[in-house]
Amino acid sequence: MSEREPSAGSFEGPPETDPRIEGEKHPVARMLLLGTIASAIGVAICLLIDWFPADASGAADQIDTVYDVLLICSVPVFVLVMTIAIYSVWRFRALPGDTRDGPSIHGNTRLEVIWVTVPFLMVTALAIYAWIILDDIEAKQPNELPVSVTAQQFTWTFAYPGEEVQSTELVLPEDRPVEFRIKTNDVIHSFWVPEFRLKSDAVPGLTTKIRLTPDRIGRYQVVCAELCGIGHSTMRQNVRVVPEDEFDQWLGEQREATQAAGGGGGSGQGAQTP
Amino acid sequence: MTLTRRLLAPGWYRATLGTVGGFALGMGLVVAVRAAYGWDPLFDWDAIVTVGALIAAPLGYLVGIGCFDYWFRWASGAPTIPEDHSGHGARSWKDYFRVNTDHKVIGIQYIVTTFFFFVAGGLMAMLMRAELATPGTQFVDPNTFNGLFSVHASLMIFLFIIPVFAGIANYVIPLMIGAPDMAFPRLNALSYWMLPIGGVMMLASYFAEGGAFATGWTAYAPLSTETPLGQQFFTVGVQFAGASSIATALNFLVTIITMRAPGMTFWRMPLLVWANFTTSLLVVIATPFIAGSQFFVLLDRSIGTHFFDPAGNGDVLMYQHVFWFYSHPAVYIMMLPGFGIVSEVISTHARKPIFGYRMMAFSLVAIVILGFSVWAHHMFVSGMWSWLRVPMMITTMLIAVPTGIKIFSWLATLWRGVIHLRTPLLFALGFITMFTLGGISGIMLAVIPFTIHVSDTYFIVAHIHYVLFGGSVFTIFAGIYHWFPKMTGRMYDETLGRIHFWLSFVFFNLTFGPMHFVGIDGMPRRVADYAEQFATWNAIISISAFIFGLSFLVFVYNMVASWRHGPLADGNPWRAHSIEWQVSSPPPVFNFDEVPTVVGGPYEYGVPGAVHAVFKERAPAGATVPAPAGGGGAPPPAE
Repeated sequence: MSEREPSAGSFEGPPETDPRIEGEKHPVARMLLLGTIASAIGVAICLLIDWFPADASGAADQIDTVYDVLLICSVPVFVLVMTIAIYSVWRFRALPGDTRDGPSIHGNTRLEVIWVTVPFLMVTALAIYAWIILDDIEAKQPNELPVSVTAQQFTWTFAYPGEEVQSTELVLPEDRPVEFRIKTNDVIHSFWVPEFRLKSDAVPGLTTKIRLTPDRIGRYQVVCAELCGIGHSTMRQNVRVVPEDEFDQWLGEQREATQAAGGGGGSGQGAQTP
Repeated sequence: MTLTRRLLAPGWYRATLGTVGGFALGMGLVVAVRAAYGWDPLFDWDAIVTVGALIAAPLGYLVGIGCFDYWFRWASGAPTIPEDHSGHGARSWKDYFRVNTDHKVIGIQYIVTTFFFFVAGGLMAMLMRAELATPGTQFVDPNTFNGLFSVHASLMIFLFIIPVFAGIANYVIPLMIGAPDMAFPRLNALSYWMLPIGGVMMLASYFAEGGAFATGWTAYAPLSTETPLGQQFFTVGVQFAGASSIATALNFLVTIITMRAPGMTFWRMPLLVWANFTTSLLVVIATPFIAGSQFFVLLDRSIGTHFFDPAGNGDVLMYQHVFWFYSHPAVYIMMLPGFGIVSEVISTHARKPIFGYRMMAFSLVAIVILGFSVWAHHMFVSGMWSWLRVPMMITTMLIAVPTGIKIFSWLATLWRGVIHLRTPLLFALGFITMFTLGGISGIMLAVIPFTIHVSDTYFIVAHIHYVLFGGSVFTIFAGIYHWFPKMTGRMYDETLGRIHFWLSFVFFNLTFGPMHFVGIDGMPRRVADYAEQFATWNAIISISAFIFGLSFLVFVYNMVASWRHGPLADGNPWRAHSIEWQVSSPPPVFNFDEVPTVVGGPYEYGVPGAVHAVFKERAPAGATVPAPAGGGGAPPPAE
């Protein structure tokens, strides 16, 4: 290639006669092969990475699977773009003093139809899949335990309707569907337990709802995910998922404590003021 | 000149007088109204700052500096001073500090001003990363921290990315379409001079009682209607930046529609012109919505309306709908001009016609239309009516189709080109890499089940920086390097340019890449402190961020040193076809001594003998020169 005389003109003609990729019979096939290998490695690495915190709700498994599907679709797209870019820069780099132009290719209808159609089909399929999963996650469950969540700057209060229990710690029974009814006393907050994967804003004037079924015993944290002022980053409280009988016992203790305290208040340190 | 004459002539003396006078007038108004109602105290400083310092003083400053002189004379029936163009061009650096109607001067004014605010916003980012390097509180208290990220984002969006594109376009577009100037030069000057007001206001909010505005650049109500005075600086500052943006967009639209050179049909316009045409449509339609949302906040705060107060039948979610109806299209306002720049850079430096030129233009239009139908994807967990989420997910995903067309067309343009890997092309390729990643995480964020988990986490921070820094800012760098010879008449240093690219490319990814991990793993955004488990990644992110920040110094040194001492550039160092390269560098004061006539497409590389435009005396025999008729003809500049 180096003995080529750089001068004015251009590399006209079909790709096979382009002196820079002469002898390379199937550059596209080679790129495809390299791309497939790179994609396979990329997908494998992405799937091996432990992305999420522990999964502690039924929805968590489904959402983690959605993310895996997204990774499997995304990696080949990125690899495709990179392969073409890197190959072009490697093969079609200008020599010093080369004043030639590339061939005057203005377009190719078939190619353009392909790269409109394929992404369209891909995103349509993803949208349908996501819609199905969404419906599944949010479906109403039998025997739901209602829990009302009240946010205020910068603390959470949890109440169990019908039980006259208020708590600053969120305690949930294992394997029982829960419906959270989320409210706020002041600005917007967002109720989020990363291990449950679900979140919803607490909006002044509204009661928002999310449903989930905790399925892993353990200690987690409620994290406020919507900027709510000076104490936003410290607005975290404990969540405990416990076996059903332990939950009933805890509820009983709380009820007694509440009655002993004269109906009001709650357990723990009570509502903090900023 | 006597002091009196100095105070009466447009300029900085009169501007100072106007600022002080405006403030006094505003303060007087507040005191008079409070006295009339018998309110106590008479001097309510919150109201005085809002009316006097934030509204009246900037208007007084604009009058003083001379933005309205011509219009005042005309409106009052006084003889107007005919424009003799003596102020055109800049002969010394001082000329950039005067009201000037030359689009090339305004372009430079825009670019330098916006880079000043870029540095200011960048330093705030450095301070944030210092605070976040380890868990706990090190340098700043939580309130200051909330102020830092709020002002950082506001400056980067409203004072850097949006206006710097307006600056580049201001310089290049009239040259590209063969026009002597913008359609409304005086409005153009006013647009520029309104801009720094917004930026200075946002910076000045640090000195307000209670600190800088600390509600993020999104300023969600009702937090923003309850926080201290600093919020007003954002609320009003956005109005000035927004008004500047709208006026410039109108100017671009009229310029592009009416002032194209003879023969420059829409299908012969370079894609940068197409990009700014579509961007201007977005700005004109969408920006009034953010102006509205911030006016609502202002009114709730200052005169007790109840737009966002549920106790007064207000609707909190309305704020988000109105805000995002602007702020999602704003994402495209910040991206489409970059698409235009990348098209110019790739075609020129790879020496090939743009692949699928018409589809490139159509996809811009498609993004504009679809861009207005996706705003609520920012509100998937906001508690809005839940049925709206799925349609918004579908439209959001569909935007991947026109965006994909652009990415694939750029790749096809590179394919079999003659690739000169100069700094502008490096930045364009870096853009393609990172914008593809940002686009992919964008598709992920459209998938509602996944977004419910990652919304308001560091995954979002990673995504917007991949789109806005890896995307927009890299195209800005590509554009600055590409047109540097044209703007300054000198060449930049190629080696330093490459060092700048590689440093920023590597450390950009090391800074923002890991944010995907910590986000999915459960770290919320906008927090001054975080759980111990994220400490390692945050330390890595902070160190990378510092080196990333330092890499900008290479750029600054290259620009300043090359502007002063760089080797002289000839008119067309890249051998490009578009019209701005067919004149000298820097261009003559009135752009063209001879009106160019466009005879072909802008990217006819590889077509023997093809030219985009001819100047009359150089017209080759046989070239079809359409008669300069209709609205397409630009009048000769000087009488």
